[in-house]
Amino acid sequence: MTVIEARSISKQFHHHTVLDNVSLSVAKGETVCLLGPSGAGKSTLLRCLNLLEPLEAGAVFLEGELLGFREQHGKLYALSKRKIARQRQHIGMVFQHFNLFPHMTVLENVIEAPVGVLKQSKLEAKRHATELLDLVGLSDKAHAYPASLSGGQQQRVAIARSLAMRPKVMLFDEPTSALDPELVSEVLEAMKKLALEGMTMVVVTHEMGFAREVADRVVFMADGAVVEEGPAREMLTNPKVDRTKDFLARVL
Amino acid sequence: MSYVIGVTQEESVPKAPLREIPPIARQFHVWRLIGAAVTLLIAGSIILSLSQNEALNWPVIQEFMFQERVVAGLRLTLELTVISMIGALILATIIANMRLSPNVVLRSISWAFVWFFRGIPLLVLLVLMFNVSLLYPEVSVGLPGQTPIWSASSGDLLNPFWAAVVAFVLHQSAYTSEVIRTSIRAVPKGQIEAAESLGMTHLRTLQRIVLPQALRIAIPPIANDAINLLKATSLVAFIAVSDLLYSVQQIYASNYQIVPLLVVAALWYLIIVSIMSVGQWALERRFGRGTARLGTTVKAAGGKNR
Ligand SMILES: Nc1ncnc2c1ncn2[C@@H]1O[C@H](COP(=O)(O)OP(=O)(O)OP(=O)(O)O)[C@@H](O)[C@H]1O
Ligand SMILES: [Mg+2]
Repeated sequence: MTVIEARSISKQFHHHTVLDNVSLSVAKGETVCLLGPSGAGKSTLLRCLNLLEPLEAGAVFLEGELLGFREQHGKLYALSKRKIARQRQHIGMVFQHFNLFPHMTVLENVIEAPVGVLKQSKLEAKRHATELLDLVGLSDKAHAYPASLSGGQQQRVAIARSLAMRPKVMLFDEPTSALDPELVSEVLEAMKKLALEGMTMVVVTHEMGFAREVADRVVFMADGAVVEEGPAREMLTNPKVDRTKDFLARVL
Repeated sequence: MSYVIGVTQEESVPKAPLREIPPIARQFHVWRLIGAAVTLLIAGSIILSLSQNEALNWPVIQEFMFQERVVAGLRLTLELTVISMIGALILATIIANMRLSPNVVLRSISWAFVWFFRGIPLLVLLVLMFNVSLLYPEVSVGLPGQTPIWSASSGDLLNPFWAAVVAFVLHQSAYTSEVIRTSIRAVPKGQIEAAESLGMTHLRTLQRIVLPQALRIAIPPIANDAINLLKATSLVAFIAVSDLLYSVQQIYASNYQIVPLLVVAALWYLIIVSIMSVGQWALERRFGRGTARLGTTVKAAGGKNR
């Protein structure tokens, strides 16, 4: 079953085409890694999937439901901000720079949206948060403020915070790029655990080891378009298109 | 070259641990000490001369500190400050958000508001509001061209106290809206994106994520504004509202103890400003949660039960 699907989406910034007719479909439980050179449009694609960027053409579907618009008389009409917020609940997003709320403790960060948006009771939200912090190995940091945590710990909190909404899909935009090298593996471990538990994930990354080991499928992008895609092992060891070969030769 | 390096290393390496490193001597800054002594001397003689000055008349100051009219004036000053500041904060938040809106009409109106009320002197605005009935003698509610549903003369609606409140709110919100606007813009965009990606609505993001972080930045300048406003309320003496200063003036107009009574007013302003500074400190602590890298690892100020 398809969880999230981008169908022929295009995106421009000031008449500069950043995504050109891109399609991507992710099945339930699948982990897809997005690879490609800087400026290829990977972040933009991820942000479009989450409706953080408005599209110029095409559409995004979550479990078959059109996101951000309703169709009427053969035209698309934008949904209200409130309805868009409601659709976003089901899509988790982890950012390169963590973006934890600095004025809240780790626990408060994690329960903020479940209590505020899903109207869970504090008790229930806390119980779930404790489980999630356990999953990312940070149960002892529940009452710490983000500023007192290492980058790797902050990113694991960010993952737990997204998971607290029980999303149908998790989007990761270079989750380890801002980390010191020795902290990368703890975050990748947490993500691997998540993939093994059957979470549907789309991951933009430059960590080829992670792509090879965890991804089911790799999508290679360049200049705002999908150049090549296929099963992870095959794509990484035996790419067919020259652009992919060049890129892999440089990063591996 | 390598030979030279080899020699120096051989000589210095075994020697270093043998020598004990002496403690760092305490430094005396002669000029700093002289400066401190002179300043102390000057300050001391000013205080001494003040305490012995007949015109100051400490017994009179003591007598009037808690005199009925003074206390009533003080109360009015506080009411004026608190009501005006609360009104200004609400209006300023609205003006700031209008200024940040994508809508050009809202943005322009907000800009014009700030331009106008920051541009005219507070005293002019105050006297203008006091005389607003000259501009609009009557206020009515209803459709244009029809007989009004409700109407009243503006002199009845806006007594001098409320005229002053309106003037202070308009004046202060023009300034404070700029503080709030820059503080909101100082919150990183990633914070808003993180909140929105969690499905939080625009309003909720503003309430829970943006404003608490913006307030941390805004508290010192807003506390400054509040302190300024407290002192600026003394301008109501011009429109005969009996605040602290006006009451004191009324008293010395009859007993001629001008200096002691002005000292009474000054002391009260100082006391209130001191209390406000303590409030500022507490607020900074409250909203500064999570910002210091050290010392706030566990809970800071008063969040035990959250
Ligand atoms: N907000 C924006 N305004 C204007 N141009 C933008 C904006 N965001 C991205 N772009 C442009 O879109 C293109 C694709 O950017 P994007 O961030 O999606 O690339 P990326 O593949 O994620 O690259 P990287 O690996 O460097 O993160 C770039 O040329 C970038 O300059
Ligand atoms: Mg990117």
